[in-house]
Amino acid sequence: MFITPWRLKERGILGMNQRNIRYISRYNPRRLYPLVDNKLKTKLLAQSAGITTPGLIGTITSQHGVSHLPELLDGVTGFAIKPAKGSGGKGILVLSRQADGTLIKNSGALVELADLQRHASNILAGLYSLGGSPDNVIIEELIEFDPQLDGFSFEGVPDIRVIVCRGYPVMAMMRLSTRSSDGKANLHQGAVGVGLDIATGRPLNAVQNGNPVRIHPDTGADLTALQIPQWDTLLELAARCYEVTGLGYLGTDMVLDRRYGPMLLELNARPGLTIQVANNTGLLPRLRKIDALSGADIALPAAERVARSREWFAADTMADAVPA
Amino acid sequence: MPVYGMSVPRFPFYALVAILMALGIFLILHRHWVYEVPLMYGETQTIWSVEAKVEFTADDGPVRVSMVRPSAQQGFTILKEAGASPGYGLNFIDGDEPRAEWTIRAASGRQELFYRAEILVSQAPGESGMEAPPLVPVSWPEPYATAVSEVLAEAYSTSAGNFSLTRELLKRFRQENSAQNIELLKTHFSDNLPALWVDMLHKARVPATLVYGLDLQDGRRRQMLTPLLRVWSGDESQIFELPGQEHTSLLKQADAPLLLWEQRGAPVLDVVGGRDSGIRFSMLKREESTYANIAENLSSQHDFLNFSIHSLPVEEQAMFKTILLIPIGALIVCILRVLVGIRTSGTFMPVLIALAFIQTSLVTGLIGFLLVVATGLFIRGYLSRLNLLLVARITAVIITVIAIISVFSVLSYKLGLTEGLKITFFPMIILSWTIERMSILWEEEGGKEVMIQGGGSLLTAVLAYWAMNDPWVRHLTFNFIGIQLIVLALVLMIGSYTGYRLLELRRFRVFN
Repeated sequence: MFITPWRLKERGILGMNQRNIRYISRYNPRRLYPLVDNKLKTKLLAQSAGITTPGLIGTITSQHGVSHLPELLDGVTGFAIKPAKGSGGKGILVLSRQADGTLIKNSGALVELADLQRHASNILAGLYSLGGSPDNVIIEELIEFDPQLDGFSFEGVPDIRVIVCRGYPVMAMMRLSTRSSDGKANLHQGAVGVGLDIATGRPLNAVQNGNPVRIHPDTGADLTALQIPQWDTLLELAARCYEVTGLGYLGTDMVLDRRYGPMLLELNARPGLTIQVANNTGLLPRLRKIDALSGADIALPAAERVARSREWFAADTMADAVPA
Repeated sequence: MPVYGMSVPRFPFYALVAILMALGIFLILHRHWVYEVPLMYGETQTIWSVEAKVEFTADDGPVRVSMVRPSAQQGFTILKEAGASPGYGLNFIDGDEPRAEWTIRAASGRQELFYRAEILVSQAPGESGMEAPPLVPVSWPEPYATAVSEVLAEAYSTSAGNFSLTRELLKRFRQENSAQNIELLKTHFSDNLPALWVDMLHKARVPATLVYGLDLQDGRRRQMLTPLLRVWSGDESQIFELPGQEHTSLLKQADAPLLLWEQRGAPVLDVVGGRDSGIRFSMLKREESTYANIAENLSSQHDFLNFSIHSLPVEEQAMFKTILLIPIGALIVCILRVLVGIRTSGTFMPVLIALAFIQTSLVTGLIGFLLVVATGLFIRGYLSRLNLLLVARITAVIITVIAIISVFSVLSYKLGLTEGLKITFFPMIILSWTIERMSILWEEEGGKEVMIQGGGSLLTAVLAYWAMNDPWVRHLTFNFIGIQLIVLALVLMIGSYTGYRLLELRRFRVFN
């Protein structure tokens, strides 16, 4: 039912209070938050630094622009509409156009243009933004995810969360949406979290709603067979986000596109703690190692930092970690 | 409770916490030792500070305002009286009928005069044996004279003395479907029934007069006097509540003792040279140790260290009584969020709900809150289909919440549940935002998350209510400003806690 605090400490689990005080307050200067809290800024910043992100179809910045939505979407076959300042996947709608021109969600539910316009109005009014401040709408191209990952996710796009501390990738997991998570890759909504070995990108452990799983509950895919293509490039991209933003404790959300390879989806200055459950490992020992690094270590090029991380944080494979 | 992670030495921080803590304790002890304010709740005497505020518009000429002052009576002793009235001459006229008289040569515009009395609740018997007023001969035109005689004859035949006659008479006026005579009198004298009853009693040779009383309820503001009937039988007299003016207080009688402000039937307020005059009362309950201490306490108000809320006007004090409790509620929220890890919808919304619970009482408040939020969520479900802009939608929710509250008030009143009227104490804007947020939460994260956050908010509100409604806590926060510093020190300490939250021990149980 409960675990004792000393046992948790022994396992090196990072708690919410410690994360907030020791890592977020220490490594993330407040003035840099707008860079990651606003997805449009993140996107432009990443593009200028040569980090691939999903293509931008357009933005809506005023209520007036909402009426021009049909023109903006003219001829677009699939797109994601999201609030620039949303958090936790709130307000993101992924739509694709059918042959007859109607728009459907991943789940197959039909979406009317009026619904879409209401959604855009809500975003502008700040319904999904932090603190309810007025917001902008971003419309992005759909990601065509890598065929190697086919069958591992139910409906939604699987994304890979890498925690980057002071430029060093410390822990990673893949988030697979399920029927119960409604195509969203949020673990607390029932998505499957698969802990990934920093060294190889191979699965270590998988959980859904806090319980260990071996196969995807909806697609039946064997999670131990998961292999992330272009793992090294993905980690390097994630590591470079540190230089780009200046944030020392960062959650980077990456996706694998069939055409463009690893892409940065969004950044999070307050990444959650469930990644520890997915990896069945605590973050603290790894973070302490990074805490002890010198300024010169931090100044190394991203590729070298990734190489060091892969060496330091290598783990056993899933076959050993998950009880049968 | 886990206590990890306090390892990084941060000397200035801990010094600050220690200083705040020490200062807080010093202030508390200073107040306890020097001013003898008891730390213990209960070993005290109750003192009511009552403030009368006279308002009128002056006619650009000399003004004379005469107001009745309360005099000693059964259960109460008047400790100290003071008046505030810039530019006015003020005289306390004692004697048979104590009055306060304000005078000025010239005044214009809206005027405000204050009178304040410290009244000790005492067991000592007050001045007794007030003489009965002389009987006044009265007569009415027909058909009222006949009606009066018949009603009196009826009441007389079913009574045994002056007091029972009064009870019988008032009973007849209290009934819903009264006799024709009563209806006739009620209709004709509708604007001055109390005077009619006094006259009728005089007609029956029973000495009686109208007096005015004040329901003492802690923290009440802008209260009015209640007319009462005083009836004599020989040297004894009794007070009767008037039909339609019954003790309307929602509190128990014990919590709201009745102070007779005016005991002899004289006008309460008499303004010469002004119009639109009115008088309102604010009152506040306080616990003090002894009379001697009170006298010293009041006389040393200029002392800087006696930085006390008690030096403020009563109306502001009543406000502060609530304001000073808010840090306690906020401390509870801090503990529950940082140490326990409870999620709430809106950080300090539970404190505001807890404040409403203090006004409504817990059970009524909980039922009211659930009713309003549930109905609001239902209606909000419809509003979400109307494709409205956010601000307009929240405004619509606010109006809906007000409508719900009105409907529930009227319904519960019709059903005879006066408790239901207290629902109006809820902060409506906050309720509307709660409904809006929960509705969105429902759409995005499902009903489970709504239950978690809603339940967390209510649990926090209930715990904050218990803390804030505790007589000990109320006594300490109001009488010892040092408590605030201690709460601040505690909050700073909680703010630097890096250990695990209680609920994380459950969340990460798989690591066992």
